[in-house]
Amino acid sequence: MKEQADPMAAEMPRAVARRTPSPYRWRRATNAIMTGLCALMVAIAVVPLISILYLVISRGIGSLSLTFFTHLPAPVGETGGGIGNALVGTLYIVGLACFIGLPFGIGAGVFLAERGDGKLGHAVRFTAEVLSGVPSVIIGVVAYGLVVMPMHRFSAIAGAVALGILMVPTLARSTEEMVRLVPRSLREASLALGVPAWKTSLFVVLRTSLGGLVNAALLSVARAAGETAPLLFTALNNQYWNFRPDQPTASLTVQIYNYAISPYEDWHQKAWGAALCLLLLVGLLSLTARALAGRRQTGPA
Amino acid sequence: MTAARPKLEVEKLNAWFGTTRALKDISLGVQARSVLAIIGPSGCGKSTFVRCLNRMHELTPGARSEGTVLLDGEDLFSGGMDPVRLRRRVGMVFQRPNVFPTMSIRENVLAGLKLNGVRGDYETIVQKTLQQTALWDEVKDRLGESGMRLSGGQQQRLCIARALAVEPEVLLMDEPASALDPIATAKVEELIDELKEHYTIVIVTHNMQQAIRVSEYTAFFYMGELIEYGTTKKIFTHPERRQTEDYVTGKFG
Repeated sequence: MKEQADPMAAEMPRAVARRTPSPYRWRRATNAIMTGLCALMVAIAVVPLISILYLVISRGIGSLSLTFFTHLPAPVGETGGGIGNALVGTLYIVGLACFIGLPFGIGAGVFLAERGDGKLGHAVRFTAEVLSGVPSVIIGVVAYGLVVMPMHRFSAIAGAVALGILMVPTLARSTEEMVRLVPRSLREASLALGVPAWKTSLFVVLRTSLGGLVNAALLSVARAAGETAPLLFTALNNQYWNFRPDQPTASLTVQIYNYAISPYEDWHQKAWGAALCLLLLVGLLSLTARALAGRRQTGPA
Repeated sequence: MTAARPKLEVEKLNAWFGTTRALKDISLGVQARSVLAIIGPSGCGKSTFVRCLNRMHELTPGARSEGTVLLDGEDLFSGGMDPVRLRRRVGMVFQRPNVFPTMSIRENVLAGLKLNGVRGDYETIVQKTLQQTALWDEVKDRLGESGMRLSGGQQQRLCIARALAVEPEVLLMDEPASALDPIATAKVEELIDELKEHYTIVIVTHNMQQAIRVSEYTAFFYMGELIEYGTTKKIFTHPERRQTEDYVTGKFG
């Protein structure tokens, strides 16, 4: 090796001395161009986000008031009124959806991580992947067929079923990732103490990945809260307060949709306000998730 | 050496990982309240051997074992033996300290009891086991803190305390000091010396000085076979087999 390299090294200095500037300069230029391109792409990617934020905040901020958050919508022609019922309705439907989405999503994820190497595991993983690619409108149709048709009524529970189904696949996959991060040695430590496997999964493995699970759950809740299509023909809408699961229920997203396609300027204004409200809600959930994730990384192991 | 029945009797124990045979017809006995050291080069089956003794081996996907292991005359591999209950009788300490990161020092010690729903005077158990592992004075004022805040040596002693809290009869130690510095190692060795008054201990070690210091009996494994087994003194001074002599004198391994 050394002997082969030596004659090369002897010839190198002269050749290199003559040619050094050009490849070096070329490499620097390439670097500058590529860095510039990357910066440009980042800028292009960020522009829509900034413009959405700017537009929603600038047009929506005027609508925000205490009345807006606490009052029922005003009838056409009257000014004032709010989206109180839609805000509460969104929280209500998403809350109900959690009862369906969280147990199935987290349960499936734990199964995939702990027992998911067999045929059933592969089938579940494949199903979750396909399901996460299904457009949310289709899931709305499914919930319509499953809940609305038998009940002969639009209802909060139908909306919750649609959103719950929507939460399951992504939550299952992120739960699996989180649970797989727990070192095998911890699982073995628990088993070696004579703790049964199911208790080990529940009280050692899940407890260790709890921070990540809460994070994943919050993100999936945030995503569900922002959905319109699955609610259009399940929870429908309601002009009044509703806390009964078997009644049509207002939601921020459907309210925005209805206001936005209406011909009234006042309603357009309300749609912007509701959009800002939704953005704040989703943003808050994501930020909470981030804060939790950050604390988990910097905290004592 | 009394002629009492050994605590553990191993008869023609074989173990596989898939199609790879990791242990070949291992037969030996472990006397109650003594320390057996398992020595041998890496990959010789030492860890697999101790993991068979509490049936942890079979938890590895594709792994299986055959043969007979008697604990006080009861066959570990018979249908009537519940591996979960067995592991409460045969505790284990691992190579790297594996403290439960979400639990406090106190909760770590009590983990085995609480998760198994065993009731008892928890405070007394915490104090007793931490004193046994010489950790009490170092941690008594911060039992509520995370176990991860302790040093590596302290963590390993916490893991030993955790294993002792479920009151096992046999303690398996898989290179318990290999991730520790010499001072922490000395403390763990001292601890083993005290523990053998009450427990039967099987310790895997790479460190032959350690085997000499802590054990009464030594078994030398090579390529999945038990090459030689006898009192530690004999193995290290008058080994019968050439391979043993070469290994303990550092000619290979």
